[in-house]
Amino acid sequence: MKTLDHKTIYLFDGSLEGLLSAVFEWFERKPGSIHLMPEKIFQPDAFATVFQVPNDREKAGRIWNGLQKRLDKKWLRRLYCTYLSEKPQAFAAIFHFCCAIFQQEVGYENNYGDEYVLALSQIAVKVEREKHRMEAFIRFQQLEDGLFYCGIDPDFNVLPLILNHFKNRYADQKWLIYDLSRNYGLYYDLNKVEEVSMELHPALLKSSAVPVEEKEQLYAQLWKDYFRSTNIVARKNTKLHVKHVPKRYWRYLTEKQI
Amino acid sequence: MSDRLIQKLNILADAAKYDVSCSSSGSDRKNTNKGLGNGHHSGICHTYTEDGRCVSLLKILLTNHCIFDCAYCVSRKSNDIERAAFTVNEVVELTMNFYRRNYIEGLFLSSGIFKNADFTMERLLRVVKKLRLEENYNGYIHLKTIPGASEELIKEAGLYADRMSINLEMPTEAGLKLLAPEKSHQEVISPLKYVQQQIVQFTDEKRLIKHVPKFVPAGQSTQMVVGATPETDKEIMHTAAAFYKNFSLKRVYYSGYIPISNDTRMPILGSQPPLLRENRLYQTDWLMRFYGFHVNELLNDANPHLDIDVDPKLSWALRNLHHFPVCLNTAPYRMILRIPGIGVASAQKIVQARKFGKLHLYQVKNLGIAYSKAKHFIRCVDSPFELKSFQAAQIKAFILAESQSKYLKTDHRQLILF
Repeated sequence: MKTLDHKTIYLFDGSLEGLLSAVFEWFERKPGSIHLMPEKIFQPDAFATVFQVPNDREKAGRIWNGLQKRLDKKWLRRLYCTYLSEKPQAFAAIFHFCCAIFQQEVGYENNYGDEYVLALSQIAVKVEREKHRMEAFIRFQQLEDGLFYCGIDPDFNVLPLILNHFKNRYADQKWLIYDLSRNYGLYYDLNKVEEVSMELHPALLKSSAVPVEEKEQLYAQLWKDYFRSTNIVARKNTKLHVKHVPKRYWRYLTEKQI
Repeated sequence: MSDRLIQKLNILADAAKYDVSCSSSGSDRKNTNKGLGNGHHSGICHTYTEDGRCVSLLKILLTNHCIFDCAYCVSRKSNDIERAAFTVNEVVELTMNFYRRNYIEGLFLSSGIFKNADFTMERLLRVVKKLRLEENYNGYIHLKTIPGASEELIKEAGLYADRMSINLEMPTEAGLKLLAPEKSHQEVISPLKYVQQQIVQFTDEKRLIKHVPKFVPAGQSTQMVVGATPETDKEIMHTAAAFYKNFSLKRVYYSGYIPISNDTRMPILGSQPPLLRENRLYQTDWLMRFYGFHVNELLNDANPHLDIDVDPKLSWALRNLHHFPVCLNTAPYRMILRIPGIGVASAQKIVQARKFGKLHLYQVKNLGIAYSKAKHFIRCVDSPFELKSFQAAQIKAFILAESQSKYLKTDHRQLILF
């Protein structure tokens, strides 16, 4: 019999494939309760058994197929969104959620009384909110060569989620949205969207540092003026304003630059 | 050239800002032929002004010249203000360039009445036609229906706009007559009715024929000014309920009156706009549309005004304590929706979760409900048995003591020192 404080740690590489492989390995071994951890944050632990999960495309694929059979689109998206949050506790929640989905009765994903079901639905909401904020707060600047550019720094890795929105909406202009902290971006060349990554120093990619087209100044000014004119001073409500547009997003917003 | 444009935008955005409609939702217009823009089903608020209102559309008047002299309107003929007018091209350029930079979801175009209704409507129509037909623009367009414009013009405009609206302005006919003798509610009702009939007709045709053009896909809305004339909350919400029902409106907006003139018929300059009252009216509106409440339950002859201290749902619950406490494990969904502090999403989660076993308090607390409010009205499997029951006034006092200052009458304008 295991002692109470004996710990098993599953280490994975931080990818979705690795996470799903871990689920597969757990079902193959059934080691009881485990801690799932991405390698990046792992600190060696003398009192725990550590198992390094090998990435296996086939095994991960089998888990994903199984999930597809049991979950509807809404839940698959929630799972993916939770993964994109990149939080260690989100990875653990996904792991336990998947185990429950395979072990419990059909429809278990609706048991909001379960800690992991609730965690997934709540983290997914946060990621979707960040995605929606990017759709709202991204401000393109037109560069000298006509490209519409914006550098962003979102809380979560939401570029994969906003791709379709921008592709469908801005179909007649070239654009580039670059995630400065994760150092990759989406580039649309009027035909398709590509993932790009640049070797430039991140400071050079900041929106304030790029050379812009001549008309750009005029429209930025018009927009700032519009933002000011449409405000009703008698209704001033700074608390509400900051609640809707938290200060960390002000750096994106043309209307918030002096 | 650009200086004049900046000046015009300042004047005509300033004049349009009292129209509070900002929604950009409800249109599923696709981006066709690789043009610019599309509709977003739930709309996107691209920024918020310092008064906390969302900005999703470029909201402007084509001109603030107006032949009418309505006392509540900043653009009234007798008001001594700067006047300006955009050209069709200027509006189109502004919209396209703002949209390309992801500043806005689309255009909200209104206008003062110059010459006559048809002349004005025809100008508005020219803007939207140029955007749709020449610029291949598929973003959102909210267009004002000009009262008294011909049906042909309104119908044509509906083919290009996503939403159309026309404002009631005052909640009662008597109030309107007092401040704008030249206007009547009937002038608003006929075009609303006409557009509604057209929407129904186009939807019917769509069932039979595949390629029917879109007609006002995001529906119609209207707006009422609150606090300029002495209507009760009951009168306001009963008017709103009737308009939702009779004209299938998507939204009714309530705009707290902001004093803009020395006219003695209305609140004097410098008095506070009724923001909290406006907030309560919106809460009532939501209860009617999403929580299954009938307007009579919330506002009736015995309660013609909404409670300013507490929200209308809590207020209803306190008046109807015989419905409570509600057992979360057995009560029907529509009853769970009526518990103060529980919203639509939480109510749905509760109904799903209880299929897997009786719910305990610790589970319910985590679902995202306002527990401090809800706890007085719910029972779970492990709720302690209580012999005494509290009076409505006691419960209200408990909740107010625990809540933030937002709902307190004496507190809501307290100074913030730091």
